[in-house]
Amino acid sequence: MNNTMKIALVIIIVAIAIGSVVAYIYLSAPPALQPAVLHGAGATFPAPFINATITYYTANVQTNVQIDYPGGGSGAGINALTDKTVDFAGSDAPLTASQRAAAPNALHIPETIGAITVAYNLPGVPTGLNMTGQVIADIYLGTIVKWNDQALQSLNPGTTLPDQNIVTVHRSDSSGTTNWFTKYLSLVSSAWNSSIGSGTSVQWPGGTGSPGNSGVAATVQSTQYAVGYIELAYALQNAITVAKIQNPAGNWIAPSLASTTAAAEALTNLPAGDQDWGSVSILNTAGQQAYPIVTPTYILVYKELNVVPGMDQNKATQLVRFIWYLVHDGQSLASDLEYAPLPSNVVQVDEASINSITFNGQTLHSH
Amino acid sequence: MINNYVFRKVKNRLFFVLCLACVVIAVIPLLSILYEVVSRGAPFLSLQFLTNDALHGGIGPAIQGTLILIGLTSLIGIPVGILSGVYLAEFGDNKYASFLRAINDVLTEFPSIVVGITAYSVVVIGLIGSYSPIAGAVALSIMLVPIVARTTDESLKLVPNSVREASLALGIRKWKTTLRIVVPAAKSGVITGILLATARIAGETAPILLTILGSNYFFQGFRSPMDALPLRIFRDARWDNPRVQAEAWGVALILILIVLSLNIGVRLAARGRFKR
Amino acid sequence: MSKMLMRLGNLKKKLTGDNIFRVLSATVATSAVVILVVTAYVLSTGAIPVIQRFGSYFFTGTSWNPVEGRELYGALPYVLGTLATSCIALIIGVPLSIGIAIFLAEMAPKKVRVPISYLIELLAAVPSVIYGLWGLLVFRLWLQQYVEIPIHNYLGWIPIFATEGGGVPVGLDLLNGGIILAIMIIPTVASVSKEVLTAVPDSIREGAYSIGATKWEVVRHWVLSYGRSGIFGAVILGLGRAVGETIAVTMVVGNAIGPNAMPTSLFQPAQTMASLIANGFLEAPNPLDKSAYIGVGLTLLLMSLLINVIAHIMMARILKIKGGAVE
Repeated sequence: MNNTMKIALVIIIVAIAIGSVVAYIYLSAPPALQPAVLHGAGATFPAPFINATITYYTANVQTNVQIDYPGGGSGAGINALTDKTVDFAGSDAPLTASQRAAAPNALHIPETIGAITVAYNLPGVPTGLNMTGQVIADIYLGTIVKWNDQALQSLNPGTTLPDQNIVTVHRSDSSGTTNWFTKYLSLVSSAWNSSIGSGTSVQWPGGTGSPGNSGVAATVQSTQYAVGYIELAYALQNAITVAKIQNPAGNWIAPSLASTTAAAEALTNLPAGDQDWGSVSILNTAGQQAYPIVTPTYILVYKELNVVPGMDQNKATQLVRFIWYLVHDGQSLASDLEYAPLPSNVVQVDEASINSITFNGQTLHSH
Repeated sequence: MINNYVFRKVKNRLFFVLCLACVVIAVIPLLSILYEVVSRGAPFLSLQFLTNDALHGGIGPAIQGTLILIGLTSLIGIPVGILSGVYLAEFGDNKYASFLRAINDVLTEFPSIVVGITAYSVVVIGLIGSYSPIAGAVALSIMLVPIVARTTDESLKLVPNSVREASLALGIRKWKTTLRIVVPAAKSGVITGILLATARIAGETAPILLTILGSNYFFQGFRSPMDALPLRIFRDARWDNPRVQAEAWGVALILILIVLSLNIGVRLAARGRFKR
Repeated sequence: MSKMLMRLGNLKKKLTGDNIFRVLSATVATSAVVILVVTAYVLSTGAIPVIQRFGSYFFTGTSWNPVEGRELYGALPYVLGTLATSCIALIIGVPLSIGIAIFLAEMAPKKVRVPISYLIELLAAVPSVIYGLWGLLVFRLWLQQYVEIPIHNYLGWIPIFATEGGGVPVGLDLLNGGIILAIMIIPTVASVSKEVLTAVPDSIREGAYSIGATKWEVVRHWVLSYGRSGIFGAVILGLGRAVGETIAVTMVVGNAIGPNAMPTSLFQPAQTMASLIANGFLEAPNPLDKSAYIGVGLTLLLMSLLINVIAHIMMARILKIKGGAVE
């Protein structure tokens, strides 16, 4: 037998061996003892938080369940939920009207909140420069060209701003961060709203594009006089110089976990889980210490779980239990990972939503 | 006259150096890749890394997924590829066979993402209704079959006709001749082709990106998502977190070990044969 | 009655093992056609919604807007991005490949020929995703620091080296995509060119040496011109490979979208057709969006097919000519 045959034989044997072992493990344990496996897909922003919670939860709280959330992106998650190929999804954006029609009776359950910081690179100027939303919009529009423009300088009397052109940096790739940042700009600047609008990618009037939070951060940090927008978690983890933004209450707020939670605290009139969340906005909320650019992220799940193929009583109960854990005890894991914990008003709405989840008409959770 | 001659000699030398430089420049990325993969990936090698699931810091599901994909793809693709190659070589003197050869060549040049779209539409959406290892295997088979068909065709054509004629003269039917005598005579070429094609598809990402989605857990059945080494590298490398990106090198090391050992093993075996 | 028996007899003759084998293997071989037809069908029907809705804008427009109510899809930036990265790949990769081919065919001592050949082939064995990983985490830093920033500092006023807005180049852009592609097509172009050069008859070389030419002169004036069309075919094959490459490019090209994706500068993030699909297909939030991606896939497939058909026709013609050459 020559060498090639030997190699081929070895590979075939190994593949068969692995296959048999897999099949044996998969088929041998009696169904009752096999862990229930829940599948999710969706936004990558909350994935570290969700997976850290899953790891803790399946090791210490509920050991006979496996929960698989590999990320994939908000759009992929929504698609998977609509196609019913997953048990739950994660999304940074609420379902649009047509998406709600395609996935009827899907519940929105916010599980954590994020924020968008405005980072800058000004030699000699430390973190905490004051900016207003209007000024930020004008900078990105190109109406404000230099750092020492009167509009910016007057907000920062104690700092001498340089006579240099501002280099704006934006995301080149399509992203939820761009979506919420441009929504904020549309909110605070009618000029922005009418000329550019909002979306996961927009036609920026000039400025440099970079891919990903890390791309924007890298460009800002290596380009003098640059400004860019970055997710809070990333900015905190990398100690990036960020601006304080004025909120509707008139205060200059630095982005932090606390000011993010404070912004969500001020939310009133949150819809019920199965209603339209398209107009829910945590931008520019009332609240003395609220940071103005705060972003939601949702767990999406069907109210009546029997529409998902492969769902059974056990899996449904496990799913509901996990989501409950996520928005309660799981929140204690959030801040270590730089995620802002949910304030109690949001948790209350989530509780009502979770309590409304049924399987074959029976509610699964009641507290 | 002497000056001109010297000048021409200098140009000759220069030219030699330039071509050598081309070789060196082309090889530098290869060496850099191998160096980086080994130096950055080696610290990750541990039993836990290789056997734990993703929630416990391991890539066990990715390794298992790649092996399962190789197994399923071979199951579907190798018989189809070999039989196609047999037809082309043994019955291939007609227009239809030339037409098929041309189609085969076209298929080998398909952009891999297009294969992914097709497998997604036909298998994930149409046939099964969810992300599935079978969809991934179908996508990879679409890439494997044309390559195996072509290498089988060429290997069989190398078998001298005298072998076939001798067998037929003994009264052995054509189909028996082909299967029992011609194919075994070409077997090292056929197997080499299969192994190289397998090494190639083990590293493919685009066809499985759209069909198996990825997972943190081990294999959960044919109607569930699954992880695989190239997919894991693709995701981890683009994650906005240096710790996760560093882990991608460990996964890359495993993948490159599998792919390169298949390649080098095949070459060594071939060389061994000729040296004899 | 006897006619029916004769017919059955004929049928029995036809059902020999040989014929069954022949039909069976032919059927299996036809799977290639089935795959091609199914792919064409899936892509065409999938692309119909978006082409019906936007018509020629899809091929000439630059916006890519999935927002409901304002949908607009134009694939031009990605078609141009594919062509631009492929051109860069050819500009950098073809001279290197020809140099390698000349080295291996004309200059290398026998001992060195096989290992170097093998090293070049090994370039093709590295999976695309690992090229991408290296390009993203290792090569990008080198490219940014030693190539892009210096050029940008001195020549940034030239549009092709400019960054919109004046920011420092990040290294994930058209240039990086092109260079990674160049490395990946070298094995293909170099090995085919080497075969072409090796096939040049020795009599040509001997004739040239006999009138006193140096090696360089022999190669440049005789061997290369003889093999010119074959090398050209190799280049087209390399182009086909570059156009179809997906994952490595996706990881280093910068993932721009919309009008900002038009490839105007080497140091700006860009996007190819393949990378657009790899980035966005799974995310597509509604059927029209999915159709847009499939439309781009169809365009990519057509471009790739066109290039490869041209390459094969050229190679076939060259083989015919060589076959009939007097030697």
